[in-house]
Amino acid sequence: MKKYTYTEKKDTRSGFGAGLHEAGKKNENVVALCADLVGSLKMDAFIKDFPERFTQVGIAEANMIGIAAGMTIGGKIPFTGTFANFSTGRVYDQIRQSVAYSNKNVKICASHAGLTLGEDGATHQILEDIGLMKMLPGMVVINPCDYNQTKAATMAIAEYEGPVYLRFGRPVIPVFTDPDQKFEIGKAWMVNEGTDVTIIATGHMVWKAIEAGEKLAELGIDAEIINIHTIKPLDDEAILKSVKKTGCVVTCEEHNKFGGLGESVARLLTTELPTPQEFVATNDTFGESGTPDQLMSKYGLDAVNIVEAVQKVIGRKK
Amino acid sequence: MKHTIKELEDIASQIRRDIVRMVHGCQSGHPGASLGCADFFTALYFEVLNHKTDFTMEGAGEDLFFLSNGHISPVWYSTLAHAGYFDKSELATFRKLDSRLQGHPTTHEHLPGIRIASGSLGQGLSVAIGAALAKKLNGDKSHVFALLGDGELQEGQNWEAAMFAPFNKVDHLIASVDYNGQQIDGPTSKVLALDDLQAKFEAFGWHVINTDGNDMQAIVEGLHYAKTLTGKGKPIMNLMSTQMGAGVDYMVGSHKWHGTAPNDEQLAVALAQLPETLGDY
Repeated sequence: MKKYTYTEKKDTRSGFGAGLHEAGKKNENVVALCADLVGSLKMDAFIKDFPERFTQVGIAEANMIGIAAGMTIGGKIPFTGTFANFSTGRVYDQIRQSVAYSNKNVKICASHAGLTLGEDGATHQILEDIGLMKMLPGMVVINPCDYNQTKAATMAIAEYEGPVYLRFGRPVIPVFTDPDQKFEIGKAWMVNEGTDVTIIATGHMVWKAIEAGEKLAELGIDAEIINIHTIKPLDDEAILKSVKKTGCVVTCEEHNKFGGLGESVARLLTTELPTPQEFVATNDTFGESGTPDQLMSKYGLDAVNIVEAVQKVIGRKK
Repeated sequence: MKHTIKELEDIASQIRRDIVRMVHGCQSGHPGASLGCADFFTALYFEVLNHKTDFTMEGAGEDLFFLSNGHISPVWYSTLAHAGYFDKSELATFRKLDSRLQGHPTTHEHLPGIRIASGSLGQGLSVAIGAALAKKLNGDKSHVFALLGDGELQEGQNWEAAMFAPFNKVDHLIASVDYNGQQIDGPTSKVLALDDLQAKFEAFGWHVINTDGNDMQAIVEGLHYAKTLTGKGKPIMNLMSTQMGAGVDYMVGSHKWHGTAPNDEQLAVALAQLPETLGDY
């Protein structure tokens, strides 16, 4: 198992804020909109340097999506910012008609996704957003795994022409990816090469997959770990290549197992290479109040759950 | 004036012929408010809008128009064709398989003149505001026009947009409401009354004007006047009274013709009331 270390912990939303600032410096067409959550979305640096390119829309997410879509017509590259719940479910039809169907170059940037939003509880903890967004034709869906990857992804989507959903979170977590990485949309990152099982993880679950990989190594199980940061378009090639080698797969995501990364992987494997698969994901449930760590534990999204899923799926190999 | 009022009325009459023939041709679509807005579209595209028919998505230096109540696509398609955006023969494909003239307007098939999809109601004013903000950032002082249905104002997003535009001084924006007082389930006064729209928009900070949307002279003058009001810190709201079905006597004023196509006999009656002026498609 390749050794991953970290010297600091940061939130992925801060990676978004830093990436947005960089993208803004690089391209004057980059604009930002926010629905009364500037501090939570870490947009301060962008606003300070480019106040005329920032639009505060107030608590009016539907209007924000419509304005963003309209701004693309004048050649702007709008980044909208609010919590994941209000970025997706609340404005689904606005995104569907004015952004996706109209093929507008809007970047829907969503913080506080999943259970790790914590104490605010289930009204704010969306676990369905990946499913909602990946069903929209033409929508790119990205869920990066740490500060550095989120920053790189934010800068990369500014250069991509078309609608994108970028999902990130609130808690501080280890920063373990390369600060100078080049983020390639749709290209998986090989975290660890192994032979016994393929663990496919996205977002906050990537670090937990690494922790699980270390525990599995102690048990004599050699896990291949792949980071799928881009859930759509899925890197079919990387997944198939790995699964051909290992013969079984565990998918890990901070999302409902209905409609998430796991289902995308299952769809691919069912049609191309039927393979035993286990899902580490929430099981068709809403969240609740609690600390992020308590919630990840209660809803089965810890390294120990990945280890258990791996043991189970290896047992299902023919 | 680029045209006389009589010339504009003739164009509007031809557009009305096209509308009833298009809707009849596919036995679906929305003739009522399309007919009601034929004068507005004629005034806008043939007299008021500074635009090029050599279409670009950005429309830099051009006035832009957004239709929020996308179901009145027949009037827009006919107007665009007669203005020169595409050949009028294409009007015959309205709502048919593989057509660029979808039931509701879309950019998906790349029809010149359309900049965003509409149909699901309540979204167009926000989009128009966004386009106006982009023009401002680009130093482009041209205007952005939008048309909203009156029933559509029951959608909450409109009021988010209505609150935003004056506060942010989006003052090159001229929105019009097709105030025909009808919606699918009946008169707006019975379904969910709009009441005093002038007071409502004024309270939100808009400069409100009132026009008669079925009087060509009045609508041309009203839109020109609206342009003179721009750049003064307030968005402009044109409350435009129209009659659903205007031009076809048996459709006038009735919500029953919101989304119903005429049969062969009804078509003949309608066409007899609308002289051919520019040539049918």
